[in-house]
Amino acid sequence: MALLSFVYVAAVDFMERQTEETIEAELTGLREQYRDLGIFGLGRIIAQRAAAETEMESIYLLIDDEGWIIAGNLDTWPEAEDLVTNRVRFSIEPSGNLGPRRFLGRTVELDDARLLVARDVEDKLRTQALLVNAIGLGSGLMLVFGVIGGFVMSRWMLSRIETINRTTAQIMDGDLGRRIKVEGSGDEFDALAANLNAMLERIERLMAGMREVTDNIAHDLRTPLSRLRSRLEVALMSDIDPTIARRLLEETVADAEGLIATFNALLSIARAEAGEHRASWERVDLGLLVQDIQELYEPLAEEREIEIRAAADPAVVVMGNRQMLAQALVNLADNAIKYTPVGGRVTLAATHIESAGKRAPLLMVTDTGPGIPADFRAKALERFVRLDPDRSTPGNGLGLSLVNAVAQLHNAALELADNAPGLKVSLVFTPPPPATAAQRDG
Amino acid sequence: MDMRILVIEDDVAAATYMARGLEESGHNVSVAHDGRDGLMLAAAHDFDVLVVDRMLPGLDGLSVIQTLRATGKRTPVLVLSALGNVDDRVKGLNAGGDDYLVKPYAFSELIARLEALTRRGQAGAEPGPATTLRYADLTMDLLARRVERRGKRIDLQPREFRLLEVLLRHPEQVLTRTMLLEKVWDYRFDPQTNIIDVHISRLRQKLDREFEPPLIQTVRGAGYALRVPDQAA
Repeated sequence: MALLSFVYVAAVDFMERQTEETIEAELTGLREQYRDLGIFGLGRIIAQRAAAETEMESIYLLIDDEGWIIAGNLDTWPEAEDLVTNRVRFSIEPSGNLGPRRFLGRTVELDDARLLVARDVEDKLRTQALLVNAIGLGSGLMLVFGVIGGFVMSRWMLSRIETINRTTAQIMDGDLGRRIKVEGSGDEFDALAANLNAMLERIERLMAGMREVTDNIAHDLRTPLSRLRSRLEVALMSDIDPTIARRLLEETVADAEGLIATFNALLSIARAEAGEHRASWERVDLGLLVQDIQELYEPLAEEREIEIRAAADPAVVVMGNRQMLAQALVNLADNAIKYTPVGGRVTLAATHIESAGKRAPLLMVTDTGPGIPADFRAKALERFVRLDPDRSTPGNGLGLSLVNAVAQLHNAALELADNAPGLKVSLVFTPPPPATAAQRDG
Repeated sequence: MDMRILVIEDDVAAATYMARGLEESGHNVSVAHDGRDGLMLAAAHDFDVLVVDRMLPGLDGLSVIQTLRATGKRTPVLVLSALGNVDDRVKGLNAGGDDYLVKPYAFSELIARLEALTRRGQAGAEPGPATTLRYADLTMDLLARRVERRGKRIDLQPREFRLLEVLLRHPEQVLTRTMLLEKVWDYRFDPQTNIIDVHISRLRQKLDREFEPPLIQTVRGAGYALRVPDQAA
């Protein structure tokens, strides 16, 4: 609105000033004529100019000091509204049915005469009036449409927010499967809905995972706990042979140790998942790590008549937590040896591969055991999941989960693949940042 | 060997069991249930070793150790903690703790670590670093990296050498599998398989097969010890 008023004032001001300036310029010329040629010379020029004005767009009138007309295209001095500094505004009805026309002009008092020069501003004033009307109408319409549009818009936005609100309320009431409707308009609301849905998806998956873990904990911990308790109860019986009681207690301690091992494995996974170790990260040479673990497992492998080899390239370096990477590799080596038959081979490798145009560090453990069926590989990374459904082989089903958590902590991609025959587990790390200048230059 | 042990642990039941277990093993145990009492006892008496829980009412475990160290007391400290990540361990050791054990722990692990701590204190009293380690008829030359038993050379792989060195530095002491993995390989986690057993049995073959008596003893439910069998009885 303020802008429109400004446009109007500026336009009107400009038009009046333009008119006045042309008149002023003409008057300056006429004054010079008067000075040079006197009243009669001026009268002749006025008569010429007045004669040229057939359309009466300009008015010229020169009168002497007694009021007699010397020259001009008007027969009387008009009744003019006097404005400041000799400016006048008047209205006359010229011959022909054109209606009254408004003029803007200036008077000049000469020694023995008065001069009037005026211009027809009717068209300009009409344009001004049109402009005023247009501005008024325009702003009015704008206001109306703005109010209506704003109302419709806010109703529409509120209704979409309300939809999201309603759905979230239903989800909070426990209906975790619900999703927010995506309208398909591809706007920000759809993006918000899609993001919220993705978040809900993740939460639901985590909840399902947690429920599964809880069920598995219930199974994996309740069994040894109840065994432990009944052993202790038997050992407490008064008529029991002390040596038997002692053996029962020893078995109970072994059970407790198994429980503690399971707890510790769960804690390690939780810690890796919490990712709290970044501060203590260091440059870890995977090649050295591979050689270390190969050497650690070599006697065990030999005892089981399995060959264990280390294939380590020099300077395969990642940023990470050495203890956790070692534990992940130990778990992989442990699994590989556990599932590889006599005469088989386990290889621990550290090398580089091309990944997205960069040399990415790769840690790989392969064996010649039975492998994991393709459709079971994703499942195998979850907690407490074991290859044998009846859980008869030793182990807590947490080994690969820890490897997975450690891989995620280090931004490494963990992949289980077929080694034909056997299992190939690979961790592709993101390349470490180059050694800092200080380290390089010494 | 009996030790005078101060246990600073706020869980009364846990402290009582620990004290009973340590007394059963022939040690002399005092117990404090909060940091302030523990600090006063530790400062006023000469204990061989302290067991300090990290979470304590009043004054927390690490502050107890720092204050004690500030007064010049060098008593070895085993920090007990329910927290167990690397940062916690580093904090515990930086505060002046000498070893770190995470709950829940095996009692045999606790005893073995306490004994290792007190022996270390004694060994530190000996003048100068030894370049030769000896036990019974076993000799290890650390500079020449040579091991002899009864004057006969025994060839060891580098890691077997390191394993034997750790055993020789703690003669007649139980070293648990966890302690060996920590001291020999510098790994602080429990592998699912007892890989240490296989390494020990390899070392045992080289060390004890041609000689009598066997020096590496298995301590049931605990770990291994370098020990002449007569003394074990």
